[in-house]
Amino acid sequence: MTDIAVVSVTTAGPRRGWRSLGTWLGAAVVGITLFAAIFGPWLAPHDPFTQDLTRRLLPPFWMDGTDPAHPFGTDQLGRDYLSRLIYGARISMLIGIAVTITSGVIGIVLGVIGGFAGGKVDDAVLFAITCRLSIPVVLVALAVVGLLGSSLTLLVLTLGLLLWDRFAVVARSTTMQVRNLDFVAAAWCAGCSRGYILAREVLPNIASHLAVVATLEIALAILLEAALSFLGLGVPPPLPSWGLMIAEAKEYMFFSPWVIMIPGVALFVLVFGINLLGDGLRDLLGTGERS
Amino acid sequence: MSEALLDIAGLRVTFAGGTAAVRGTAIAVNRGETHCLVGESGCGKSVSALAVMNLLARGASRSADRLRFAGEDLLSLSDTGMARLRGNRMAMIFQEPMTSLNPAYTVGSQMTEVHRRHKGSSRQVATDRAAEMLARVGITAPGMRLGQFPHQLSGGLRQRVMIAMALMCDPELLIADEPTTALDVTVQAQILRLLAGLQRDLGLAVLLITHDLGIVARVADRVSVMYAGEVVESARTNDLFARPQHPYTRGLLDCVPVPGKIRPGEPLGSIPGVVPRVRAGFQGCGFRDRCAFAMPECAAEVPRHAAGEAHDYLCRLAADWSGLRGAA
Amino acid sequence: MLRFLIRRLIVALLVAATVLTLAFALTRLSGDLAISIAGPNATQQDVELVRKAYGLDRPLIVQFGSWVGRAAVGDFGESYFFKQRVASLIGERMPITVTLGLVGLAIALAISLPLGVLAAAQEGRLADRIVQGITLIGQAMPSFWLGLILMILFGIRLGWLPVSGTGSWQHFVMPGIVLAFTAVPALTRLTRSGMIQALSSDYIRTARAKGLSRLSILLKHALRNAAIPVVAIAAVQLGFMLGGSIVIESVFALHGVGFLAWESIGKNDFPVVQAVVLVLAVIYVGLTLAADLVNAVLDPRLRGQ
Repeated sequence: MTDIAVVSVTTAGPRRGWRSLGTWLGAAVVGITLFAAIFGPWLAPHDPFTQDLTRRLLPPFWMDGTDPAHPFGTDQLGRDYLSRLIYGARISMLIGIAVTITSGVIGIVLGVIGGFAGGKVDDAVLFAITCRLSIPVVLVALAVVGLLGSSLTLLVLTLGLLLWDRFAVVARSTTMQVRNLDFVAAAWCAGCSRGYILAREVLPNIASHLAVVATLEIALAILLEAALSFLGLGVPPPLPSWGLMIAEAKEYMFFSPWVIMIPGVALFVLVFGINLLGDGLRDLLGTGERS
Repeated sequence: MSEALLDIAGLRVTFAGGTAAVRGTAIAVNRGETHCLVGESGCGKSVSALAVMNLLARGASRSADRLRFAGEDLLSLSDTGMARLRGNRMAMIFQEPMTSLNPAYTVGSQMTEVHRRHKGSSRQVATDRAAEMLARVGITAPGMRLGQFPHQLSGGLRQRVMIAMALMCDPELLIADEPTTALDVTVQAQILRLLAGLQRDLGLAVLLITHDLGIVARVADRVSVMYAGEVVESARTNDLFARPQHPYTRGLLDCVPVPGKIRPGEPLGSIPGVVPRVRAGFQGCGFRDRCAFAMPECAAEVPRHAAGEAHDYLCRLAADWSGLRGAA
Repeated sequence: MLRFLIRRLIVALLVAATVLTLAFALTRLSGDLAISIAGPNATQQDVELVRKAYGLDRPLIVQFGSWVGRAAVGDFGESYFFKQRVASLIGERMPITVTLGLVGLAIALAISLPLGVLAAAQEGRLADRIVQGITLIGQAMPSFWLGLILMILFGIRLGWLPVSGTGSWQHFVMPGIVLAFTAVPALTRLTRSGMIQALSSDYIRTARAKGLSRLSILLKHALRNAAIPVVAIAAVQLGFMLGGSIVIESVFALHGVGFLAWESIGKNDFPVVQAVVLVLAVIYVGLTLAADLVNAVLDPRLRGQ
């Protein structure tokens, strides 16, 4: 079967150059967004909350009648669109990362326990994953926020409690694989404790898979936050979330499509960039295709 | 001797990684004879066969000085032209009967498909032919087997189905790639007997790939020994067993326990080392690193010597050279 | 096989029971439901009145018991806002959501299967890269935003399709496309990887050795095996699509179950919300069961056992 092995190397060969371009592109997008998120207050030309009803819906720089002070124009309340976009990046990145940390902790703990313990414990973990998958995420998140009132903390907690399934699935299956490897058996035989084996043998070996899942989850959390905010039950106004910006600008989109194009493109590019980075990470760490 | 049915000369296969899997192989298979291709795993036997059938995986490139089947030049044949020959006039069976049949279709559907494609026959005609061939390979109740799925059959039965399927269109040549390796010993013998019988009755030419010299001794008319992508020795079967010339052939024969010749407690012969992975541009004898008789000049071009009628080998040593057998 | 299915059925029932509990717990999250129902301007007396009227003065366990008992026979109580039985309300809206889901799934399969086959057949070449690019774009596209763009383009600029509402089949075209877009990346990747695996298998080598045409090898021998997991996942995907239809129904004002849930959340109409959560979850569980069955029917190796 030498031929098959060789073939897989060759088909990966030409793709590698093209893929690494994508990875760099993704890294650049994520890097720029992170930079904007962290240094937003210094980068934004205006205060994102200051309204100016005399300067409403000014068009962006590539259209006629723009104001150089507002390169991306202003929204329906006269707030500077570029400043809101930059502050929106903060919200997106904050939610993406905070949700992923929350869901990651839950999912990895459950998955590793199930995969490592096996038997009845594993059955219970599998059952939990099945239950979680049967719950409609958007609906439940909307209901919780609708009931308890919208706040950033609540949003992070809700999404974190809902999005741990993929972490659990991957952590469980990779832990099972690692558990059956020779060096883990060797560690058992050497009399190492359970905790030691988990920390020193299992976790380092499943970390690369989990890193790939984390990128996917950040992207998913950002998209979900945007969708919830768009439906009016995500980030509370007047906070500038990209989804909320699209929702607030919706009535004006037929006459000035740019009001939904600017935040929408920003959202798309960021998620696209994170996914590209995730794909690159997967190739780099050699964790293989997961669907 | 008239023109061989399958005439290969200077066949080369290189993988995209740079490995030269087959380096100038020459094999001639005559009509109605069984030609065995022997060698260790990784020596290029299967790859040579796949190259003949144009079934190499993507990323492997094939070239040859001559590649003719029944007088037709296979090298100049288009993909569709080649597909018309495959399964029709030249057929092939494989080592893994468990996975070589499509799990999603019945035996009957997979068998009739070949006949309908190549002979343009109706469903009924093809089904009758399939039942006939199943009976021919010794399967009882062929009608029932036609409706079954591969997973319902044992390994031996599946290999019989593969053989019956390969013979659906009355091919002139059957290439069998280690057809018994994955089977139980008792089933192996049955399949070999079946192949030998079919070969005799149908006047088939068989190119049998194996690493088992016991099989060679029982069924082969001619033998080609392959090593590191080259045919290092080729002879009639009796001749090869009686007068092996190449140090590798001699070493290989020493590895076979012969009852009566081997005393208990005496170690079997073995060849130290493994088959090297040869890269394109490799010069000289591929066996020299493992050969007890290697000399500096073995790194240069090696001559092909004749050792009698239709017997040649690839080594600098003169015919019937004497060295301690088993010294390797 | 039968044992396997019975086992799956038991698990499915357990999952349904768990979701039932969670749906109940969900509505009690806010602490005092009566205050939420009565609204921000209610007096203390109003709240007490509401508490009595909805039976919220009973112990939690009693409330839970009565909710489970009635939900098990399809009685979800009455909507606070619509003043209508919740079951009939959902029954009225369900056909729209199911139609949307099926249209979306059909479009998604019609796109994913050919793309996945093409990518696998051309693995590593230009067409494969283009298909993988499409799946990446699909993954990154916010569905509600795509909906708005289609609205501007086909609804306003070109005027081909109605922008929102439920009146005719044309109303399902844009939402169907947007919903399909959410499933295309996963289905395409699955088709592609399944096809690549199938194409490298021994039985494909046999099919080639038999001299079959390239089309027959690709579509008859490889796709038949690669399609088995795809069809099963498609059923599960339909469950996700029904759950996710809330966003798309809201964008296009399509009055399905998702839209109903969205309205009800905005109006603190909890019986409707918890019923929709439960119904969607049960449908999902049913679809995963169906996926197992479909798998068993399509895969002769499972069928026989």
